[in-house]
Amino acid sequence: MNFALTKEQKMLQKSIRQYIKKKCPNSLVKELAASEKGYSPELWKEMAELGWMGLVFPDEYEGSNFSFFDLVLFFEEMGYNICPGPLFSTLVLSGLPILNYADNKLKSEILPQISTGEIILTMAVTEENADYIPSSIKTSAIKEGDEYIINGTKLFVNDAHVSDYILCVARTDETPNPEDGVTLFMVNAKTPGVEISLMKNVTLEKPCEVKFENVKVPAKNIIGKLNNGWMIVNDTIEKAALVKSAEMIGGARGTMDLALQYAKERVQFQRPIGSFQAVQQHFANMWLGINGCRDLVYLAASKTAKGEHAEKEIAMAKARTGKIFREVTTLGHQIFGAIGYTMEHDMHLYRRQALSGDITFGNTYSQLDKIAVSLGL
Amino acid sequence: MDFEFTEEELAFREEVENFARSEMPREIEEKAYLWPGGYGTLPIFEKEFEEFCRNFFLKLGKKGWLSLGWPEKYGGVNSIVKQAIVDDVLSYHRAPCAHAATSIVAPTLMRFGSDEMNNIWMPGIINGTTSFWLGYSEPDVGSDLGSVKTTAVKDGSEYVVNGQKIWSSGAHVTDYCWLLAKTDDSSKHKGMSLFIVDNNTPGVTIKPITNIAGIDSFNEVFFDDVRVPEKNLVGEKNNGFYYVMSALEHERIVIGFGTFRRILDELTQYVKEKKKAVGNTREYEEARNIIALMAIEVEVLKSFFWRTVWMMDNGHKANIEASALKLFCSELGVSLSNSAVDILGLYGQIDKGTKWTQFGGRAGIGYLDSISGPIGAGASEIQRVLIATRGLGLPRG
Ligand SMILES: Cc1cc2nc3c(=O)[nH]c(=O)nc-3n(C[C@H](O)[C@H](O)[C@H](O)COP(=O)(O)OP(=O)(O)OC[C@H]3O[C@@H](n4cnc5c(N)ncnc54)[C@H](O)[C@@H]3O)c2cc1C
Repeated sequence: MNFALTKEQKMLQKSIRQYIKKKCPNSLVKELAASEKGYSPELWKEMAELGWMGLVFPDEYEGSNFSFFDLVLFFEEMGYNICPGPLFSTLVLSGLPILNYADNKLKSEILPQISTGEIILTMAVTEENADYIPSSIKTSAIKEGDEYIINGTKLFVNDAHVSDYILCVARTDETPNPEDGVTLFMVNAKTPGVEISLMKNVTLEKPCEVKFENVKVPAKNIIGKLNNGWMIVNDTIEKAALVKSAEMIGGARGTMDLALQYAKERVQFQRPIGSFQAVQQHFANMWLGINGCRDLVYLAASKTAKGEHAEKEIAMAKARTGKIFREVTTLGHQIFGAIGYTMEHDMHLYRRQALSGDITFGNTYSQLDKIAVSLGL
Repeated sequence: MDFEFTEEELAFREEVENFARSEMPREIEEKAYLWPGGYGTLPIFEKEFEEFCRNFFLKLGKKGWLSLGWPEKYGGVNSIVKQAIVDDVLSYHRAPCAHAATSIVAPTLMRFGSDEMNNIWMPGIINGTTSFWLGYSEPDVGSDLGSVKTTAVKDGSEYVVNGQKIWSSGAHVTDYCWLLAKTDDSSKHKGMSLFIVDNNTPGVTIKPITNIAGIDSFNEVFFDDVRVPEKNLVGEKNNGFYYVMSALEHERIVIGFGTFRRILDELTQYVKEKKKAVGNTREYEEARNIIALMAIEVEVLKSFFWRTVWMMDNGHKANIEASALKLFCSELGVSLSNSAVDILGLYGQIDKGTKWTQFGGRAGIGYLDSISGPIGAGASEIQRVLIATRGLGLPRG
């Protein structure tokens, strides 16, 4: 047993924390969240130069060779100091499935471009039902010569509006078991028939509606095998749920630290409010919530990094972290009082992150079934 | 014991219901955010509904429905139950039904104001033309209201006010400030007085603050040598803090009870429709349970609400009950928004007015706005201390 991080991991954490704190202050976070693009192209380039875009890719794809566990640590720190943009969509939702399942030709074409920050990608899974189950995939891809013709509407596709490629999950066969007829296509976002619009929302994310109308995709753009896409999607969503949990823990830690500092400074009744027991209880509850989740996430991450099956652990991590992050922001707001309820303050940034983090890749309730099943129920 | 309304009360409910149906445009009812228990999404704060709300108050005034709980002399019928029926029915329709003038200013004036003062101010409040904002909080003065720093210094027949107020809900859409200011430096709580200050007095500067939901609901207000006539002093000098405290009971029963019922109904309806569209899924089973749990809490709130109203109507002290009511309803506002977000999932983040909007776009906004409930008008921590010390007799820490 060893609960310590390595020296390299600690350095990685520190460099991310320092960089984001310096380059993406909360004033910029608000500006980016309010902008249409939702990210800063300059920071994007710089982060690529730092080797972050290809964090888990091997050398041959100009990557930095870090492990999946390191990716989890990376996003935890990205959640601590928020930095909006298509990083999650590109690295986790797209980089991982391409690295793990695409053929060599596609990998050597796409991965180096991700590493150097030249392209942005995202994955389009959810449709009208807004869930992650194979029977909800109605978007169809029908073979015509060397091409497939895609038709359908995807919803809640984060960052599609700035993406160069969209990994589209489409139905290629009507089978008794709905997951047997799903295929993953890499679609150039500029292809005629792709229509993208932003969905007005209250978080810092940029969810989009992506309509595919007779969109032609060459057969060589299939990631993995025909009709074998659901396995890839499921694996990616699971990893995404885990990385998102890590990001939420970072956010919860960020919330607590912000509130801690304030509780020492804010004076009411001639005392810092942090000296009131009611306020202290809130902090103790935050600490318990966060640290309980943190080990669930690290456990799931270390299993996954070793290539072990961690469906139950991931479901536990996501189920609990989404709930706790929301609760931690509720308490954080309570400690800030009225000032935290303003747009000008930073507290609401975490509040919004807790909402988007919790509802994406399956909220608490939708994880419970997986846990019960893994317990034999 | 009897939990039912009397025949007369039922008939009155019906009357208010009919009024709401004819006077509350469906479009506003459907579009207004108005999250239960929150302080930042009242229709009057949404720019597009501001004018409608002002006119609506005039209609309520004409009906005599702003003053039902008060004595005949002040346009009322001495029935807090009737007042509460108006609150319940109108808030279900997301219609405006109470504000600081009716819930705080008038009850205080009737108890402590001179006849001369009441003759000036009460008619406008009763007919809905006069509106107030509360000038209590300051940048350094939140929970500890006893430490107000804004000063009012006597100069001839006037007081000269200097200082700053903050979180002043509606100061930008009302006419007068109900100001708590320091009038005697030698004593803490006993050195404060209440004044009525016209927003248009030279030296008053009102700057809106945008809240978490993106709405300008409250303000910073600066007072620079603002001259207030002596006759605008409420009651006796240096008694202001006690007047403020004794009005809290009245403020705390204005909870917009109908907004809670409405959200529960709409969430239930949403889940029913979802079932029709998608069938009997696992999500449906979970949503049912979430709603059933919320229905229990709304039922509890209902009893807390009507019991407190009944107590006040029958001359019982309801200090603790009013604290409990405020505490419970504001925390229920948070739970309801959590439930809505849990049930709506990814749709919970979508705002109103889009083709993807579900549940009126209220889940995400409610999730943001609801956190104001346990903070404003006496934070939950303070309410709990009040219940434990004043209510249960525990020693003060
Ligand atoms: C939406 C909204 C509208 C408002 N409208 C108005 C208005 O119209 N007019 C007006 O005057 N004010 C208004 N307020 C201000 C409101 O009254 C204050 O926010 C409230 O009194 C709390 O003060 P504070 O925000 O300064 O928090 P603080 O007093 O700084 O409290 C911060 C935290 O410390 C806790 N705390 C403080 N003291 C103690 C203690 N002794 N024991 C335990 N815990 C403690 C609090 O409970 C809270 O959790 C509004 C606030 C909001 C959010």
